[in-house]
Amino acid sequence: MSELIRVRDLHKIYRMGDIEVPALRGINLEIERGEFVAVMGASGSGKSTFMNILGCLDRPTSGSYLLEEHEVGSLSPDEWAHIRNRKIGFVFQGFNLLARTSALENVELPMMYNGLPGAGRHQRALEVLALVGLEGRVEHTPNQLSGGQQQRVAIARALVNRPSLILADEPTGNLDSKTSAEIMKLFQNLNVQEGLTIVLVTHEADIAAYARRQIQFRDGEIVSDQKKDEGQLNPSRV
Amino acid sequence: MWWMTFRIALRALKRNKLRSFLTMLGIIIGVGAVIAMVAIGEGAKALVRSQIASLGTNVLVVIPGTLTQGGARTGFGGVRTLLDSDARAIMEEVPSVTLASPTLRQVNQVVAGNLNWSTVIQGVAPEFQQIRDWQVVDGRFVNQADVDNAAKVALIGETVANVLFGNEDPIDGVIRIKKIPFRVIGILGAKGQTGQGTDQDDVVMIPYTTMQKRIMGIVHVQSIVVSAVSAEKTQEAQQQMTALLRQRHRIQPGQDDDFFIRNLSDIAEAAQNSARVMAILLGSIASVSLLVGGIGIMNIMLVSVTERTREIGIRMAVGARKKDIMLQFIVEAVVMAAIGGALGTLAGVGSSGAINRMMEWPVLIRPDIIVLALLVSGGVGVFFGFYPAQKAANLDPIEALRYE
Repeated sequence: MSELIRVRDLHKIYRMGDIEVPALRGINLEIERGEFVAVMGASGSGKSTFMNILGCLDRPTSGSYLLEEHEVGSLSPDEWAHIRNRKIGFVFQGFNLLARTSALENVELPMMYNGLPGAGRHQRALEVLALVGLEGRVEHTPNQLSGGQQQRVAIARALVNRPSLILADEPTGNLDSKTSAEIMKLFQNLNVQEGLTIVLVTHEADIAAYARRQIQFRDGEIVSDQKKDEGQLNPSRV
Repeated sequence: MWWMTFRIALRALKRNKLRSFLTMLGIIIGVGAVIAMVAIGEGAKALVRSQIASLGTNVLVVIPGTLTQGGARTGFGGVRTLLDSDARAIMEEVPSVTLASPTLRQVNQVVAGNLNWSTVIQGVAPEFQQIRDWQVVDGRFVNQADVDNAAKVALIGETVANVLFGNEDPIDGVIRIKKIPFRVIGILGAKGQTGQGTDQDDVVMIPYTTMQKRIMGIVHVQSIVVSAVSAEKTQEAQQQMTALLRQRHRIQPGQDDDFFIRNLSDIAEAAQNSARVMAILLGSIASVSLLVGGIGIMNIMLVSVTERTREIGIRMAVGARKKDIMLQFIVEAVVMAAIGGALGTLAGVGSSGAINRMMEWPVLIRPDIIVLALLVSGGVGVFFGFYPAQKAANLDPIEALRYE
């Protein structure tokens, strides 16, 4: 397996007036292609900041972040936008779908920013919607869909540009446990069958258990990094 | 990409139909007002212009100068040096002059049958008709043969025709001036009053040679009316005529002219200026409403950016660059302004037509103003959409995604 992410001595310091608040204090981490990683930690542990930096939404104060062996921490906002469009797919806790816009068009959205022609967009969007099991719901708008279905649309949107990395920030935070399990199964399938690299942020241990590697954050530092054996892949309670 | 952006903009506007319409209303009223007001102003200008044209803005009048005899100066026309040959020379030798006609006038009693009337007898050349733009409603004007033969023919103005002939047909009728019988060859079209209240239709026109020989018994002429190539060329014509007449009258350098040249362009200019001021005033008042409409767009776009912060965040997260977001909001503002502009054009043209019919005010819809109003409304969209769009594009995606 080849290396997808390499983070070296990553620091992030927020300034609140005169006070400096360190959010990340020297993070070192490698993630290989095809991994399914859960990032855990209490709120304020720095895991969200770390995710924002991985997602090219925020700039580290110091340190390096290599994505596919290219330094991306110091790129311009437009170059970041390009990377977010092509290499990263986001799944959020609150789904973040465009309201009053059909599932199909929500999934087409990332392709609008990479110049794909209309017909190609359409076909690809239908393809990924089928992959997440929403063939019959493509014309529904978010308020006509259940939470689980909305999150599936969001996952389809994250997948549509064939990214190298899926970043999921508390993807089950707004879902009941049954639906959460379904969504996590979907992530697992995508990881195993499609070979997608997934980094998941959660503070729930049972959600993190779906991943094959768990990283624990505390006070801006990694305190533990555990890989599970292949045999333990599926949690027993499901 | 453009088509997609355009569609997104249309959809965003459709989502808040009433709000979009009210915002557009500002532009509709602005553009409509500009078009209607300019149409009214231009109508007024055209009306003034045509009224001035009936006076003849390109007309110059040469009159003899004054004569000082033993300290007493005569009034205008005191010298007798102006001749009909001067008129011919002006017409032939001055390039910026098209036509020239000698004229003479005298008030005389005119008799027809048992009726009589005191009126202005005017001696003219055939060119006079065109110079003064005088219509002949019946019969013909004085021709060159009449002038050459000092023919006893006359044209009568409408007032004279009514007074002397009543309901009878005056053509080929006989009128007597100083006991000389004249055959009526034509009736002049009505011109109405001058600004000073003189009835221009209370006139009899006869060949100027007839006037000189048979009525007044003189060889000089009282004035020469001249038409310049255009109203703008009157100044030039005046200078060339002055040079020509000084030479013909053998006036030494340093000596005063023995003639005066007058023109109507001062009056014309004053009248046109007032019409222009009105047009500018109307146009600028209307432009203010267009500006207010633009501010309305800006206001709504700012509200829209705030409302859609999360949408902006989502778009940024999936790869929209600053310029994509910027473009989206500018296109939205421009679409709103352009639709408003198009509807405003209809409203402007419609209301101009209504004003024309109901108030009988002349309107002149200028296509270039319509194009300009549309361009300006598009420009208003870009200008007033720019700041909100920039605000949207500069949002931090993390903050925007977190926005509730």
